[in-house]
Amino acid sequence: MAEKEVLIEVKDLKKYFQVGKHATLKAVDGVNFKIYKGETLGLVGESGCGKTTCGKTVMGLYEATGGQVIFDGVDIHSLNKKEKKEFTKRAQIIFQDPYSSLNPRMTVEDIIGEGIDIHGLYKGDARRERIHHLLELVGLNKEHAMRFPHEFSGGQRQRIGIARALAIEPEFIVCDEPISALDVSIQAQVVNLLIKLQKELGLTYLFIAHDLSMVKHISDRVGVMYLGSMVEFADSDELYAKPLHPYTKALMSAIPIPDPNAEKEKKRIPIEGEIPSPINPKPGCRFAARCKYATDECRKTTPELVEVLPGHFTACHNVKKINELGL
Amino acid sequence: MSEKILEVKDLNVSFHTYAGISHAVRGVDFHLNRGETLAIVGESGCGKTVTSKAIMGLLPKPQTQIKMDGESAILFHGENLLDYTEKQMTEIRGSKISMIFQDPMTSLNPTMKIGDQIMESIIIHQKISKEEARAQALKMLELVKIPNAEQRMKQYPFEFSGGMRQRAMIAVALACKPEVLIADEPTTALDVTIQAQIMDLIGELQKELNMAVILVTHDLGVVASVADRIQVMYAGKIIERGTVDEIFYHPTHPYTRALLSSVPKVNTNNKETLYSLKGTPPDLINPPIGCSFAPRCEYGMKICRQKYPEITQFTDSQQCSCWLHHPKADVSGLPAEIFKRG
Repeated sequence: MAEKEVLIEVKDLKKYFQVGKHATLKAVDGVNFKIYKGETLGLVGESGCGKTTCGKTVMGLYEATGGQVIFDGVDIHSLNKKEKKEFTKRAQIIFQDPYSSLNPRMTVEDIIGEGIDIHGLYKGDARRERIHHLLELVGLNKEHAMRFPHEFSGGQRQRIGIARALAIEPEFIVCDEPISALDVSIQAQVVNLLIKLQKELGLTYLFIAHDLSMVKHISDRVGVMYLGSMVEFADSDELYAKPLHPYTKALMSAIPIPDPNAEKEKKRIPIEGEIPSPINPKPGCRFAARCKYATDECRKTTPELVEVLPGHFTACHNVKKINELGL
Repeated sequence: MSEKILEVKDLNVSFHTYAGISHAVRGVDFHLNRGETLAIVGESGCGKTVTSKAIMGLLPKPQTQIKMDGESAILFHGENLLDYTEKQMTEIRGSKISMIFQDPMTSLNPTMKIGDQIMESIIIHQKISKEEARAQALKMLELVKIPNAEQRMKQYPFEFSGGMRQRAMIAVALACKPEVLIADEPTTALDVTIQAQIMDLIGELQKELNMAVILVTHDLGVVASVADRIQVMYAGKIIERGTVDEIFYHPTHPYTRALLSSVPKVNTNNKETLYSLKGTPPDLINPPIGCSFAPRCEYGMKICRQKYPEITQFTDSQQCSCWLHHPKADVSGLPAEIFKRG
């Protein structure tokens, strides 16, 4: 599809943290993906798989250890201070925890207006009008502008976070687990809001979450991460209907379905043990230790992410063998 | 007929806060049979955790008020736990009724070795030597499938991962083979693959020990796979109850229906907007006079705001408090599935 315009291209992105003299935590280890204009890319995985670090590195909140994040043709990690400011005008982030990501000593008006002031977009009455407009856009009232964060519920705070991200009219928003801290009925409100805003304002999202059913609902394409690397990447319907990587299969089968009959018929693929430590990981496929199909090759060489089916990428040496067997 | 092991009658709990008296639980009745799993479902603040802590006698004393007169009682094997002294409660807590908490990071003592924490409850409730207690604790750790149990006994909680801490907490709770286990959001803090492991584990142990489980959760997916019966709470009251199939396939209360439809379905390719409830739950300091869901309910009628709805009994197991099911309610033009049965 040639008409789709690439907004962000992430090339071999690496983010390591030095956690001791001889210990390197490889949070993100060579991740590649592209985000097209106007789409939602979902990023899923268990806690500790590096999805949040990946999102923050894409935003430039972390310095990348290696690789590139190309936003509209420019590598964001090579920008100087002034250029970086230009970039932050076009890209914003919504954080996971609506309780700790808003400054408790600032009014809602100042929280939302901070970005507007930094970029000098509106002043005086125009600024106030813009803030009131944003509050209405996310389903709050202008009367809320002079209140402090503690006067709001979790769902309302998350809306303030969304309004803050929208304040400077960005093109791209990283949504880092925007709904994990919220109740079921409020989650639906926030997700509907995000979808509505995307349609109205033509936004591009990188949607990070561990709630797999919500990610499927909102995303066009989904990437699955395991211990810092991308193991599978495909259109969201395709990925959920036909997972190819053994880890994705196990992950999908563990999603509880809110339907007792479907739950009875469902065959779970058990996955033994827990996610190993990302500190000084062993070479080879990261999933090999828990994978029942693992061979010697898996333990020696790291599989590349290859296109197995059109638009469906998997990083597994045995992907053909496993799936031809119908497992 | 299955044996009733626990019966809660007209439970009312209120808290003194700076803003006034908050009525967290307002007249809850239910029972629990031996060996079954009862799920209590609802959003945060609906009183589900307060209900379970009231059964355990774990609510902070001076600021909590539990109604004691009239019908109010928590009957465990016919004995009213509300009348028990703190000493009597200590004997029951942990040995007959146990609880696992939502957050495995904060519910274990960070300064005690895991083995000692499991032994603690064994030593308190059973008159056995320390050596025997240690052997039992080791067996418990093996039962909850912690590898290298012998070595893990000597470690502290910070050396355990989230899933393993939750297992350790289950080991503490089950060390004395209780008859009732209250699991308060046991998997909310965990990943799906670990969640599946923990729920399987609770199910296996339940069969082995013939325990009754009260599962408190907001995750309808988890409920679908393990619960026998479900009760839905809203603003401190039970608004609907029934068997799993009844609640999932024939929900009668508008709130239950809203809860079920606000969850995206993984097994269908449905990209339309999710059903979303407007507004937020009511303030329990001044709870509404009528049905507490009325302000958010799309089918709300005049009477809903004036009088609390009576209970409509549909089957032996399913009942619901909603005016829509009153014989005199005007239900023309409402979706037929609310009233369809069987």
